[in-house]
Amino acid sequence: MTATLLLVQVLNGLQFGILLFLVAAGLTLVFGVMDFINLAHGVQYMIGAYLGATLAALTGSFWFGLLLALPAALVFGLLLEVLVFRHFYERDHLSQVLATFGVILVLNQGVKAVFGAAPMQMPLPEALSGGVRIMEGLLYPSYRLAILAAGLVTAGLLWFLVERTKLGMLVRAGASNAPMLSALGVDVRRLFMMVFGFGAMLAGFAGAMAAPILSVEPGMGDNLLILAFVVIVIGGIGSIRGAFLAALIVGLVETIGRSMMPDLMRLFLDPSAARQTGAALASMLIYIVMAAILAFRPAGLFPVRT
Amino acid sequence: MAEPLLELRGLNKSFGGLRVTENVSLTLEAGEIHALIGPNGAGKTTLIQQISGALAPDSGEIRFLGEDVTRLSMARRARRGLARSFQITSVIPSFSALENAALAVQARSGSSFRFFRPAAREAALNEAAMAALEEVGLAPRAHLPAAALSHGERRQLELAIALAMRPRALLLDEPLAGTGPEEAERLIRILRGLGARYGILLVEHDMRAVFALAQRVSVLAQGRVIATGSPAGIRADPVVRAAYLGEEEGEG
Amino acid sequence: MTWRDAALPAGVFAALALAPFLGFGQSHSLTLLARAMIFAMAAISLMLLVGGAGLVSLGHAAMMGVGAYAVVVLDHARITEAWAVLPAGVGATALFALATGAIAIRTSGVHFIMITLAFGQMAFFTASSLALFGGDDGYTLYGRTEIFGARLLEDRLAFHFACLFCLVAAWALVRALLASRFGRVLRAARENETRVRALGLEPYPYRLAAYVIAGAIGGLAGVLLANATEFVAPAYLAWQRSGDLLFMVILGGLAGPHGALLGALAFVLVEEWLATLTEHWRLIFGPLLILCVLFLRGGIAGLLGRG
Ligand SMILES: Nc1ncnc2c1ncn2[C@@H]1O[C@H](COP(=O)(O)OP(=O)(O)OP(=O)(O)O)[C@@H](O)[C@H]1O
Ligand SMILES: [Mg+2]
Repeated sequence: MTATLLLVQVLNGLQFGILLFLVAAGLTLVFGVMDFINLAHGVQYMIGAYLGATLAALTGSFWFGLLLALPAALVFGLLLEVLVFRHFYERDHLSQVLATFGVILVLNQGVKAVFGAAPMQMPLPEALSGGVRIMEGLLYPSYRLAILAAGLVTAGLLWFLVERTKLGMLVRAGASNAPMLSALGVDVRRLFMMVFGFGAMLAGFAGAMAAPILSVEPGMGDNLLILAFVVIVIGGIGSIRGAFLAALIVGLVETIGRSMMPDLMRLFLDPSAARQTGAALASMLIYIVMAAILAFRPAGLFPVRT
Repeated sequence: MAEPLLELRGLNKSFGGLRVTENVSLTLEAGEIHALIGPNGAGKTTLIQQISGALAPDSGEIRFLGEDVTRLSMARRARRGLARSFQITSVIPSFSALENAALAVQARSGSSFRFFRPAAREAALNEAAMAALEEVGLAPRAHLPAAALSHGERRQLELAIALAMRPRALLLDEPLAGTGPEEAERLIRILRGLGARYGILLVEHDMRAVFALAQRVSVLAQGRVIATGSPAGIRADPVVRAAYLGEEEGEG
Repeated sequence: MTWRDAALPAGVFAALALAPFLGFGQSHSLTLLARAMIFAMAAISLMLLVGGAGLVSLGHAAMMGVGAYAVVVLDHARITEAWAVLPAGVGATALFALATGAIAIRTSGVHFIMITLAFGQMAFFTASSLALFGGDDGYTLYGRTEIFGARLLEDRLAFHFACLFCLVAAWALVRALLASRFGRVLRAARENETRVRALGLEPYPYRLAAYVIAGAIGGLAGVLLANATEFVAPAYLAWQRSGDLLFMVILGGLAGPHGALLGALAFVLVEEWLATLTEHWRLIFGPLLILCVLFLRGGIAGLLGRG
């Protein structure tokens, strides 16, 4: 393992972590404010990717596609909220899990029915199709760097919104004590719709940004969703700060673990066994990290509720 | 002199900047009803919670049956014979009154890791549970789900559960709260009967009950014990009158 | 306990026993029935957690998966004897449940849901990475489990009754557990944990024991599933499968293990029926699921109970 390769893996890990953060941010706020568990948040990411790819193809421009995908994802999220989710806020977590699971079934299948099961491609934008020479002998794709930058900027904006504005103050107050908020006369329903729509848009944004470098296919949101869950559990439910830190941890552990574990195992085992156990261990790694963190901090790194 | 049944030594607890328990020391003897009174927010419930193990004190020691129990979990303390009733009724709503009490009997008699025999048919559990219900006068309602009982009846059930544990000491947090005059009368009678058998630490706002039942009274104000003594002595204490009884008598 | 808690399932079991002789004896029907019975078993074990202990696990498919992969590992080593396969499958799952449950049960509510989901996913990806056993593509068994060296289970009818036997046993076990002292502690702690603590009972060991028992029953279902299809793939552990199991439990109703039984049978049969109608049957199934959760609060058992 050379230093260059490690640097590439670190960059990939950070970039994956940022995408995870964009998905997890909405999820953790929705949990925090409304105590609503939304498994269908992952399909919002998938929908974002499909919207981005379709709109880019229609307009013939990546940028228009990305730009139009944002409001489209927002509208889609709000539509789901009105049609399904809001009928389950008062219900227990079990009902919420099942109802949102039903939404996943429908949307995964719906996407398959409309776009087919084969993966869709979204072309890279012209300006970002090249690479950037980071150091001697290392050309890193500029699009991936752009994702990293865009994600960081979004994270910064989000931080500002949540920590520094009146709206954000309400959201934080809602996350730590929602009944108190409604007792103070805040329209929690409306606040929640805003949080919800915003979260859906962020997830859609992540999906649309990831579309050119991943294959856009039915079910693509499901695995990401579970990692996003891991992120918010590690970070502490309702905490943006926690989600950010945890997303980077998960992104890095996941990416670097996968590339290094087999090599690491080769120190102890013969090559083929090393490949096998390395791969198996790598896929367990993130969950082991989660278990270890929760063993010491059952409420996550930055618990919001006391 | 033998060690008291329950002893608090220099207990302290704060929530953030708010000191809710400040250097509290008091004792409970076997066979005694020791009333704990004080205005709303004085820290009575918080103190009960520290004794029962629901909250950990910041410093100080809790001794029960001659042993330090400060670090023991709530379940451990309960197994040693420390039973509590809750200010806000806390029963198992879907269980019948009988099953609520039977669970308490089960908790102290033998292992609960028994997997096959139907618990509802264990005569020993049911008999002891029924005896506890009878003691509080709830036997006729034994087979109703707790959720279907009236508020007063649930207070009685709460007491029956505590009795079914066969505890050494009872911590009762406002057992009369929200009961009508007749129910209160009946509960006072029951408590008087229990007093001789257990040590009872009784938190209560109903002064009639306190002065009718307690051998000793301690007054808590802003987290501190400002007086301890006989009911008559407390009634006469000018400090207490100022801090507490004055407003109480003014109302009534 | 009403008569329905016993009479209803007894009727269902009788129907399952007679089905092969009442025109459902073709191999297609028997395959479907075996599948339904196996999932019913898994759903009943999940019911012990959800309905009994109040532990909403979204990783129960992993239990079936560990049981199924235990069969694969032994099959790979050419061990197919039931007296080795069954203890291995059940034991491996119980161990897995113990290790993951020990951590998961420290948490509650939403955390528990997500952590069980995460552990399930861990098992899924681990199975996918096992190239020795086919990785993503899965593994085809050499043959079904043998009993004292005899290939009894190759016979479809014999397998049908083996599944039915295990199903009845699982139902009876969970029913007994829920009514026992152990189950009483679980049910009480689900409703009011503080009260149970104040009585001197720490809920944790009881919940963990329930988690391990449910896991073991799920593992047995996994062993049977591997035998039913003679093929095992990571898809058996997919989290959607855990969602399906959870839906079966709710669809049937939480009043007792008979609910999960009814729910699982209804689920598998409706799914099969819809799949014959259209390739996109999930477009119908999803809304159906949502509507059931929204309106059918007591589940199927609740409906029948009222009538
Ligand atoms: N978990 C907590 N966090 C912060 N403050 C608390 C907490 N629990 C109680 N308090 C505060 O501690 C003080 C004492 O409360 P406590 O419930 O012990 O009073 P009390 O004497 O039982 O009152 P009452 O007679 O109304 O039952 C109150 O000011 C209360 O607001
Ligand atoms: Mg109080």
